[in-house]
Amino acid sequence: MDAPTITDIAQAEQGSSLWRDAWLRLRRNRLAVFGLAVLSFFIVIALLTPWIAPYAYAQQQLELGATPPSAAHWLGTDIFGRDMLTQIMYGGRISLAVGFIATSVALLIGITWGAIAGYFGGKVDALMMRLVDILYALPFMIFIVLLMVVFGRNMLLLFLAIGAVEWLTMARIMRSQVQSLRQQEFVEAAISLGLSPATIIRRHLVPNALGPIIVYTTLTIPSVMLLEAFLSFLGLGVQPPQTSWGLLIAYGAETMEEYPWLLLYPGLTLVLTLFSLNFLGDGLRDALDVRGAKD
Amino acid sequence: MLTVENLSVSFVTRMGTTKAVDDISFTVESGKITAIIGESGSGKSVACYSLLGLIPQPPGRIDGGRVMFENQDLLQLKPEQLRKIRGRDIAMVFQDPMTCLNPYMTIGNQLMEPLLYHKHVSQAQARKRALELLEEVGIRDPASTIDNYPHQFSGGMRQRVMIAMALINEPKLLIADEPTTALDVTIQAQILQLLAGLQTKRDIGILFISHDLAVVADIADQIVVMQAGRIVETGDRDAIFRNAHHPYTQKLLQAIPRGGKAVELPATEPLVQVRNLCTWFQSGKTSVKAVDNVSFDVLRGEVLGLVGESGSGKSTIGRSLLRLVPVTSGEVHFDGIDVTALQGRGLKNLRRRMQFIFQDPFASLNPRMTVYDTLAEPLLLHGIENRSTVGAHVLKLMDDVGLARAFVRKYPHEFSGGQRQRIAIGRALATRPEFIVADEPVSALDVTIQAQILELMRGLGREYGLTMLFITHDLAVVRQLADRIVVLQKGKIVEQARTEDLFESPQQQYTQQLLHSIPGRSLMELNA
Repeated sequence: MDAPTITDIAQAEQGSSLWRDAWLRLRRNRLAVFGLAVLSFFIVIALLTPWIAPYAYAQQQLELGATPPSAAHWLGTDIFGRDMLTQIMYGGRISLAVGFIATSVALLIGITWGAIAGYFGGKVDALMMRLVDILYALPFMIFIVLLMVVFGRNMLLLFLAIGAVEWLTMARIMRSQVQSLRQQEFVEAAISLGLSPATIIRRHLVPNALGPIIVYTTLTIPSVMLLEAFLSFLGLGVQPPQTSWGLLIAYGAETMEEYPWLLLYPGLTLVLTLFSLNFLGDGLRDALDVRGAKD
Repeated sequence: MLTVENLSVSFVTRMGTTKAVDDISFTVESGKITAIIGESGSGKSVACYSLLGLIPQPPGRIDGGRVMFENQDLLQLKPEQLRKIRGRDIAMVFQDPMTCLNPYMTIGNQLMEPLLYHKHVSQAQARKRALELLEEVGIRDPASTIDNYPHQFSGGMRQRVMIAMALINEPKLLIADEPTTALDVTIQAQILQLLAGLQTKRDIGILFISHDLAVVADIADQIVVMQAGRIVETGDRDAIFRNAHHPYTQKLLQAIPRGGKAVELPATEPLVQVRNLCTWFQSGKTSVKAVDNVSFDVLRGEVLGLVGESGSGKSTIGRSLLRLVPVTSGEVHFDGIDVTALQGRGLKNLRRRMQFIFQDPFASLNPRMTVYDTLAEPLLLHGIENRSTVGAHVLKLMDDVGLARAFVRKYPHEFSGGQRQRIAIGRALATRPEFIVADEPVSALDVTIQAQILELMRGLGREYGLTMLFITHDLAVVRQLADRIVVLQKGKIVEQARTEDLFESPQQQYTQQLLHSIPGRSLMELNA
């Protein structure tokens, strides 16, 4: 028998391979790379907005009124003479933050909750899932209005409130995934190796349940963004002069006939974001499926 | 009656064209059984399915050949004409009777459906005919069971229903695709007998597809051996078994397990002692006594065979010993430690010393973990290696179980069944356990692979100094490996004895029945 050669070991050393392989596969998926690039671009812009925005976001030029795109205002101005590009850039800060933070909260709670309930089953499962059912039954709007009334209007609270609603479905999906995976022999094999439940959930169950979770996540982010717009429209979310893509679209829709650019540009931005999310989500799902072609 | 000439079938995918069936010719005569033997991927099922236009096209493509059945070429028929022949003149019996029966229809209605469709008889006549057939295939009291649903029948009974369904339009040719693979040995023997009886009584031709030479040894007239899409040998049964020419056929014949274990072990003290073990499962208000008051010892260094049919509780015993299912009562002592009482740290340490090898290597490996991750996990968990030293140990394990080192970064789905079982064995051996429970480790594998894996386990058993509990339904396999055998039936021990004693003079009637059901008995007589 040969001693293990250096290349053998170097090859073997590259530990947790699932994510590395997934990244390699993702890189070969053009649409997913496009999606990732667009999203990264929007996020960088959103982070840098206070320094690179062409105008201050509250700056009005009432004498200007609504003007179509021009050299001074690339995407035109709204009825108060505010620069549309600036508005969209600032709006993106809110929308992207809501989308990603609220969804992350939902993911974190939902996956953990669902995996624990699905793994242990029995009484633990019954108790945890009944709680989910109860929260499902609460009218969402009343819940949010109550939160706002009690704690005052607050961005962080908005994120938490939306996240607190969205995790319920996530938990249900995760639970059903884990329940079916739990029956498989590789989980039994992991138990007989002596792994703890936490390790089994983390290493064996979650990676195998990611497909549906990722798809649902790409559906959740846009729905969260729209939810924020809806809440803001009702006066429960962000308030002028602060803005978000959802609000811009809502106001743009009111004046669609006279000033179409007020709807067009925020709308295009949102559409582009959602497309990118879907491309990236599909790409991620395929990339994480090791059965997919490797090259 | 059925003549296949130069049939070629290929599959066209993005990856290229694969020839699944390459220029094969054979015949089936009425009143005779022709068996097609081959391992998975040999093209035997594709060949038979393409006769009936049952392979999807694309990706399937019939490249040429003729299939003559009653003076017409089946390959030239229009789909509607073929549909008329299918089910009326040519019927099929599939491997898994559960997935082929509609769970929401009574078997009576499913039986009558083809009659009503093909023969246009009245409801009452159809029902009468269905009852007669159920009687003929050996369903007890058909009048009261005809309105039952498939799940109310056992596996063997469902297969009988499937056969009745195939026979209902009095076909001239019956194609049976591994009809007994999913069944217990005693049931398998009954179904084979039933098929052989039908063939003589009704004078129909049977095309019997199987991966197992031993199964067809007792009933086939003609045997066609396929490998990688080609026919490597054709001949009548005696010719094939007495003087097979092709090396592959010889290899298949050699892979049929026969004979006993060579070496005798000196008697040692018990490593595992099982006393009055009960494992009951609660289902609703009643409890199912899966394991009912079972006591036995496993001696240090021996291989103990645990034999029983499905539902005998053999797997549950294995899982109970390793604390994979909760034990209802009784004691299990491992090297003096009471296993049933252990918790936390003690249990984790014990798991290092006893390991499990599962039946289905497709389910027992995490599909998202590479070989490296799978083998490294137990080593890191039990602190046998650290992250910087584990690589060399993983490669050593791969050498031990006969896997090429280049595969270290591959995922389970990239391996064949036999290779996967090697990975699973490597994982079980990683912690250098003293005791291994192997639950049907070869029953999901092709026969030649089965022989390789058994050889590997024998070798590793010696090298690692293992004590093994080998759980199986297959007496022929266990005879090769085990020192002693425990026979189980319905959760209770029927008989336990040294392997040779059990085979030479079985004491209990059930054991005798099991021994009689081993397929390929006529083969052993031929060779004797």
